[in-house]
Order: sequence, then structure tokens, then C-alpha cells
Amino acid sequence: MSLKGKAAAIGIAELKPWKEAPPNATPLGLMGRLTAEAIADAGLEKKDIDGFLVGMPVADPGFIYPASAAEVLGINPRMLNVVDIGGASPAGMIWRAAAAIGAGMCSAVLCIVADLNRLGDQKVPVVSVQREFEAPYGNIGANCGYAMIANRHMYEYGTTPEQMAKVAVDQRKNALKNPLAAFGDKPLTIADVLASRMIVDPLHLFEIVSPCSGGSAVIVASPEVARRAKNPPAWLIGAGEYSNHASITYAPSLTDSPIKPAAENAFKMAGVERKDIDLVCPYDCYTITVLVTLEDAGFCKKGQGGPFVAEHDLSYAGDFPCNTHGGQLSFGQPGLGGGMSHVVEGIRQLMGRGEGRQVKDAALAYVNGNGGIMSEQVSLILERRA
Amino acid sequence: MSEYHKPLPKPSPVSAPYWDAVRRHELILQKCGGCGAFIYYPRPRCPQCLSENLEWRSVSGRGKLYSYTVVRRASSRAFADGPYVLAIVELDEGPRMTTNLIVEPERIKIGMPVTVVFDDVTPEHTLVKFKPA
Ligand SMILES: [Zn+2]
Repeated sequence: MSLKGKAAAIGIAELKPWKEAPPNATPLGLMGRLTAEAIADAGLEKKDIDGFLVGMPVADPGFIYPASAAEVLGINPRMLNVVDIGGASPAGMIWRAAAAIGAGMCSAVLCIVADLNRLGDQKVPVVSVQREFEAPYGNIGANCGYAMIANRHMYEYGTTPEQMAKVAVDQRKNALKNPLAAFGDKPLTIADVLASRMIVDPLHLFEIVSPCSGGSAVIVASPEVARRAKNPPAWLIGAGEYSNHASITYAPSLTDSPIKPAAENAFKMAGVERKDIDLVCPYDCYTITVLVTLEDAGFCKKGQGGPFVAEHDLSYAGDFPCNTHGGQLSFGQPGLGGGMSHVVEGIRQLMGRGEGRQVKDAALAYVNGNGGIMSEQVSLILERRA
Repeated sequence: MSEYHKPLPKPSPVSAPYWDAVRRHELILQKCGGCGAFIYYPRPRCPQCLSENLEWRSVSGRGKLYSYTVVRRASSRAFADGPYVLAIVELDEGPRMTTNLIVEPERIKIGMPVTVVFDDVTPEHTLVKFKPA
């Protein structure tokens, strides 16, 4: 079974990320607001929601989470699950929703994530092998792994700090037009990025996402439900997923990521070419992540991500619109809402709701979700049909 | 004497022989009797062929620097006491290890040969680190 055209995104809701956790907020409280807004956006009623995919909030986790969260929200799902593939979870929810719909299990799936940023200190990993073999050497948090990827990429391919910085700079141009971006108030230059504090060589402060609080939701629906939706549907026409490591140390390569097979599957299923894509929404926890994604998804040759971003204008009005919401680097990373921001922006653009940053005639979007240290990858291709 | 506040390994039944050897300043790895692969970190079965016929072998402690970063601002307060070099070393026997490189950052070159150093961080705990060969 192919997922092509089996389901479409018909409603979205997204909160402007808070830099601190708002007082009295809870992840489930944010989910309540997002659920109401997403259902209204789609033009549905709560009783229409019969599938539920949820991300586990770090601020309020628990076992047997989906039923507890669905009960709080008053949803009675025919399919319910936590999707737990790190930052790839939101993109992973979209194809899982489509698969459940295509299999006849349900017809309108609420995909939802919300979290609060209350981690003063980066916790020691919860996975036992990482506690035993990574944490004692200070491989804690995501920064170190991506820094080692960036250093290796520079060593193998001659990638420069200026090329990496350009990603943050162009995406900031997009964020200036996004009222929901947490870091969208002033322009950024390559010199600003390179002058920002070095955190983990070679990555500077402005090349690293900022943890925030917030959340977002997407409703994925069957063709029958999509027909009566308020918005023009954004059809899922291709998807792929792959993982080949957890800690980057044990990945086959630091610079060849599992994005390649994920993206290949998505493009093959969709039956479209890279040149047909009108905008890309690659997960951008760090600037280097975007270069590796553009290479492994096939938008440029392996190793040429640096020159590629230097030669193209990644802004919404440019020749290669990329993360037109600003990316997480400028939007902020409200937990899994960071990963969902790429999905929501792809849908928003295809619905023609990009407002001041609308990509002209956007009909095909490529979205990538990335978990851990390039560990879990989900590629999606979404289409607006005339 | 200052106390050691960084995370320490808690050996599992599978990894206990590895950490015991490290305390004796010996580097050992599992070698798969099924496919011949050397394995790091210690596993219950070979991740290549799923054989459980694994034998501990002493290895050279020599390898090459695969990548690294100088952590100037650590994500964990336990490592806030100053910059450190986090590294991935590729051992001559094949596997890669997460480790620390004991060297001034200016001297680091990816691909440089490195050799093992045993760091007795507490009377009960030794970590496997590397220095330029
Ligand atoms: Zn084997």
C-alpha cells in the first residue's frame, strides 16, 4: 500500500513560543487550547476527531500517556499512540496518521505536541547505555554531537563557518515576516553569527536552537473529511523514515545521514523530482543540520551543502525558499513543537496562508523531521492540488 | 582532595568485564566468534550477526581521531569547570568510541593518530581517554 493521496492535512494550530514557561501553564493545558484551535481551523467538530497521536512532554511525562491525554481533552479515539522518535516525532505522526486512515482505522487524526521549557540543567541521559558510555565523557545534550558532525563535514568537504552561518541569516529574513517567531524581531548578518559566542567548536550561539515553551497541532483527515474542510487540503503524497543509530559515535558515518533512504522513499512514493519542489522545510536544530539534509535529500551533491546555501537565496522570495517560518533557529524550539513547526509551515504555505512570506504558487513542499543526533529521520512530501 | 562530580559509569552484567579491565589499565573489546567483528560498547549479542559467541580480547589502544569538539559551554553543570575536548576515536580494530582527548585544542587535527590513556578519576573508577600518539 502506498500512502500517496490517502490523507491530507486540513487544520493547523500553533502557539508563539515563550522563551520561559508561562506561569501556571501545563502541557495538557496548552494541548487543550491547540485542540480547540485546530478543530476550528479545519471546520470540524470535536466528535469528528477519531484518531490521536501525541508527543510525550518532557515537562509532564507518564506511562499510558495517550489515553490519559485523550481523556483530559475529551477525545474518544479509534487509534491512539505516543510517537517517540525525538524531533522526528511530528513528521512521523503525519504519515502514521495517513497510514491509519488508509487502513480504515479512523478518519480524522489529531497530531499534537506541547511542552514547557523548565530544564535548567541538561539532564543526564535516561537511556542506560548512554549514561554508561557517553555521559562520563561529557557527551550530554545534542550540541556536542552536531559540533562533531560539523567539524567532520568541514574536514571532509571544506565547508566554511560562513556557509553554515548563511542558513541562520537567510532564515532570519523569513522570521522577520512571521509574527509567531520567538526570535523574529531583528535582522541577522553572517558577521553577527560568527561574532556570537562559541559554544561547541565550530558552532556559535546563533547556530544553535533555543529551547522554548509552546506547542502545535495538525489534523490529518481522509479524502471524505477533507472534502468538507474549510481549508484547501495539503495532501500527503510521499513519506519515508529511517534510523541507523542513537549515539552519533556508532553511526556508520558522521556526514552521511539516515535522511538519504527516508527522502528516497518519499520522492519515489510521490513520483516527483527534487526540481519540482517549491519550498523545503528541513529540521534545523543547528545550521549544519540543514546542509546535511539538503545533501542527503538530494537537493545538491554530497558535500556541496555549504556552497549551495551560499549561492542560493533561502528566503521566502528567493530562488530556494527554505524554512519560510524562520526555522527553529529563529522560531524557537518549544520541545517537539520545534519539529512540528516545519510541518505546520509546509501545510500553511500550501494552503496559501503564508501572509507576508507566501511562496508564490507553492504547490509542493518537502518537510524533514530529525530526531536525536541525526538518529531518526522522517521525510514528507505535501501537495496542494489545483 | 576535591570530590569528583561528573557522571560515572555503572557497569551492567554485560559490561562489567570491560570496566574491570579498564581499572587494571587494560583495554579489552568483545570479538564476535560468528563474524569476527570487534564490538564497542559491550553488547549482549553481536550487533552485526546476533551471535552470542563473544570473547573478550585485549586490543592495541591505538587509533585515529575521527571527529571532536571543544566544549566551551557544557549543557550539563557537571562539566561547567572548563573547556574539554570531546572526541570520537576510531580504533585500529574498527569500532569507534566516545572519549576525551587530552591535548591543547590548537594541536588537534582530525585523522591524527592517538593512543589510549587510563584516567583514574576516583579510587574506584577509571575512564578511557586518548592522547596524540
Ligand atoms: Zn558477529
